[in-house]
Amino acid sequence: MVYAGEAGGLREAGQRRMHIIDRRLNPGGKSLVNRQRFLRRTKALVQRAVRDSLKDRGIRELDQEGEVTIVRDGMHEPTLHRAGRGGHRDHVLPGNRDYVEGDTIPRPTGGGGGGGAIAGTGDGEDEFRFVLTREEFLDLFLDDLELPDLAKRRLVGGEVEGIRRAGYTTSGSPSRLSVSRTMRNAMSRRLALRRPGSAEMRRIEEEIERLERRDVLGPDDAALLERLREERERLRLRRRLISYIDPIDLRYRRYETVPRPVAQAVMFCLMDVSGSMSEHMKDLAKRFFALLHLFLSRCYRHVEVVFIRHTDRAEEVDENTFFYSRETGGTLVSSALEKMLAIVTDRYRPEDWNIYVAQASDGDNLASDNPKAVGLMEDAILPIAQYVAYLEVGREEDPMPAGSLDSGSDLWRAYETVAGPKGRFVMRKVHHRREIYPVFRELFQRRGAPATRAPT
Amino acid sequence: MTDGRADEPLFTGSDWDFDLIQRIHDVIERIARDEMKLDTYPNQIEVITAEQMLDAYSSTGMPVFYKHWSFGKQFLANEMLYRKGLRGLAYELVINSDPCISYIMQENSATMQALVIAHAAFGHNHFFKNNYVFRQWTDAEGILDYLEFARNYISGCEERYGHAAVERLLDAAHALMHQGVHRYPRARARDLKEEAAREAERHAYQERIYNDLWRTLPKETKRVPARADERRQALNLPQENILYFLEKTGPKLHPWQREILRIIRLIAQYFYPQRQTKVMNEGAATYCHYRIMTVLHERGRITDGAFLEFLQSHTNVVCQPTFDSAQYSGINPYALGFGVMQDIARICTQPTGEDRIWFPDIAGKGDADGVLRDIWANYRDESFVAQYLSPHLIRQWRLFKLDDREAAPALRVDAIHNEQGYREIRRTLARHYDIGWQEPDIQIVDVDLAGDRKLMLEHSVTDGVLLADTDAGGVLQHLADLWGYEVCLSELDRESRRELRQHRAQPRPIGPD
Repeated sequence: MVYAGEAGGLREAGQRRMHIIDRRLNPGGKSLVNRQRFLRRTKALVQRAVRDSLKDRGIRELDQEGEVTIVRDGMHEPTLHRAGRGGHRDHVLPGNRDYVEGDTIPRPTGGGGGGGAIAGTGDGEDEFRFVLTREEFLDLFLDDLELPDLAKRRLVGGEVEGIRRAGYTTSGSPSRLSVSRTMRNAMSRRLALRRPGSAEMRRIEEEIERLERRDVLGPDDAALLERLREERERLRLRRRLISYIDPIDLRYRRYETVPRPVAQAVMFCLMDVSGSMSEHMKDLAKRFFALLHLFLSRCYRHVEVVFIRHTDRAEEVDENTFFYSRETGGTLVSSALEKMLAIVTDRYRPEDWNIYVAQASDGDNLASDNPKAVGLMEDAILPIAQYVAYLEVGREEDPMPAGSLDSGSDLWRAYETVAGPKGRFVMRKVHHRREIYPVFRELFQRRGAPATRAPT
Repeated sequence: MTDGRADEPLFTGSDWDFDLIQRIHDVIERIARDEMKLDTYPNQIEVITAEQMLDAYSSTGMPVFYKHWSFGKQFLANEMLYRKGLRGLAYELVINSDPCISYIMQENSATMQALVIAHAAFGHNHFFKNNYVFRQWTDAEGILDYLEFARNYISGCEERYGHAAVERLLDAAHALMHQGVHRYPRARARDLKEEAAREAERHAYQERIYNDLWRTLPKETKRVPARADERRQALNLPQENILYFLEKTGPKLHPWQREILRIIRLIAQYFYPQRQTKVMNEGAATYCHYRIMTVLHERGRITDGAFLEFLQSHTNVVCQPTFDSAQYSGINPYALGFGVMQDIARICTQPTGEDRIWFPDIAGKGDADGVLRDIWANYRDESFVAQYLSPHLIRQWRLFKLDDREAAPALRVDAIHNEQGYREIRRTLARHYDIGWQEPDIQIVDVDLAGDRKLMLEHSVTDGVLLADTDAGGVLQHLADLWGYEVCLSELDRESRRELRQHRAQPRPIGPD
């Protein structure tokens, strides 16, 4: 056959054994660099898409990995190819049913039917969808935001200090004696100086005793006994000189104090749930709280959330009740502030916790309560809190005058008089969902050069 | 070797281990080598996870590749489809290298591993080693080393000249990749040392080289400008390999940029055969796995259950939806290749009278394997379809041809599966697989040396089909950035030489790099 020669070559090739290689344990993520480069390149587009997606996401799924869609424009890779339409072309298709030569078929519109093959070469879809991991999503989402006043202010009690082991020392209080380390040192010293061990002593003692027990000693035995006794004396002396435990063996555990950054935060969500708050307003507030929580949980190791709702009296509730149950009554803002302070005293020592307060209200308050609320805010809350945000939510159809000359609500006007450290108390008005993110962003935008920044 | 008894199934469940893979491979190898007389590179089978398969997918299947954002885009797109269950992953991936590397996924069942080994490690492998297009154009031995060199070189450039500059260059080079292929001359085998040495010499060489574009000496006033023909000859024009032309002649490129253009060009050249042999390559692999799996089943080496599992997945692979079904998206190369090859086997063993007229050379020859090996070695898609698409298959597939003129209000059925239509259908389909015909014919025709160094290109328009407009604009912009001066592409009708459309682009100012 013609192939004989090739077949011969084959046997030879067959001599080389096949290899199986298990690559499953090789590090994955080979495409990670490419993926990052892609995201960097399309950052502006992806970021916009990520922020837009806030509109369509529920609060609880805010920080899940998500699918985003961006326009293909920015990342299209052009090639020189023929256009999908125009000119004179022909197609060969399978599955003829009843066409005969000369039949005409109306030109398909769009890509369906016979056009499928034709459209395939066209410019493709103009949208690109892909999945971002949770981390990527959050990074893009919270990019260039920063927590105001990240460092816990130093309060009267000085900074929070922790104690940590730091090796051994030769002096210290008996309670810190490290027995194991001391014994180890002692043993190595004994070995180094050849201190006779008790086994050795016992052996000599036994030997002497054996000789002494004999009634008649031979001349050799007497000399031996003498020698052994001398030896015993020498060993005893040596044991006395080289002590079992010496002061230089002693080791104590050393501790040093280190400043410990406060890595936990508590976030108080205060919301007015009186009759005047509509579902829409609650939804706005909810979104703001969700963003704040998301943001805090990225900055602190541990974030607790306390929900306080109030009408004319305040109560601490769980999240579900907070957002979804209805309550009627008047409005006393100060009740919520008082409740919050009570909880702080009770559970969250300001020395140990970074305290964030976010209050949402439609601005209604009993007029006589305003001075009290302002007073509480100025004297009690601001000194202990890192940041207090007051969000006034309005009806969707309300216009949003930028200068807000006519900003009318009593609470707003009252809060405007609150004096506190600059930047620690902020207030904003929001009417529509889409304003939430910009407002949030504005509040937490990275500043020029923060004076202090604590490790978190 | 311990294959167990020769009449016992190799495996019964769907679990597999490395020992089983080895036994499956050995049994298949004996069938492939001794009965089908396949000639393959030695095999290297690598087991990978689904995630690694996704990774491999997005860098054109190669285990080593340089970094570029477009592969990240590819990855995200694939990942999205995979997650949504819109697309399963390929069961295997095979690399034209020596030894031939096949990736198989750990998620595959034992049957699927057998199928994959038969398909990739023997079918594709034989095709890579024997088909003339691959023999002529690719260097299976050196490709992995070269890719390694390319990756290191490009990452070196990123460090030295900045990510942005390299990325810009790669974007442009990718856009021109399809125009970076030598279609005619035979490729010389490249070796790595030579490549590295040549790169090192390039600095010195480029400074010495005489480049007419840089002539700044005032010309003798009386001298007649060089005739256009001479000028073109000096620059090796016309030239259809745009990347090659830029690499050699681009006036504003730095040596490292030329080297990267060369890398992209060589990689494009490496993939060029694959684009010309999609139908045959997949057809051959599918034919091999079908043949081998059937033999295994006949001899009781795989169970009935395993064979049914195989048949199901085989049927999915070679499924060809009809033109009016929702699934239709062009002709499935697996189905076409497999169909024609099965048909050839039939013609060899059980020819009809018609077959004897159409295929006198092979009809009734008996040795189907031999005939197919010959075909696998000496044809590419276009010639394969032109030669071997039989009337029988045209009838079976009920192929028909549509004539689509822009001016006409409707499409016209030109030919159907009858005596008058066979040749027309076959000719047209073959032409669809001719890359030279399908890809636009674009050439660099001239450079305005006396004036503003404008680069002039022509697209010979066939049948009035112009270039996709926005894309052409984008590519031309990249080309202008590389060339450094104005670039102009005219689309001329092939026959009348009438200009149908013109694209122009000016180089964009480059940032500091």
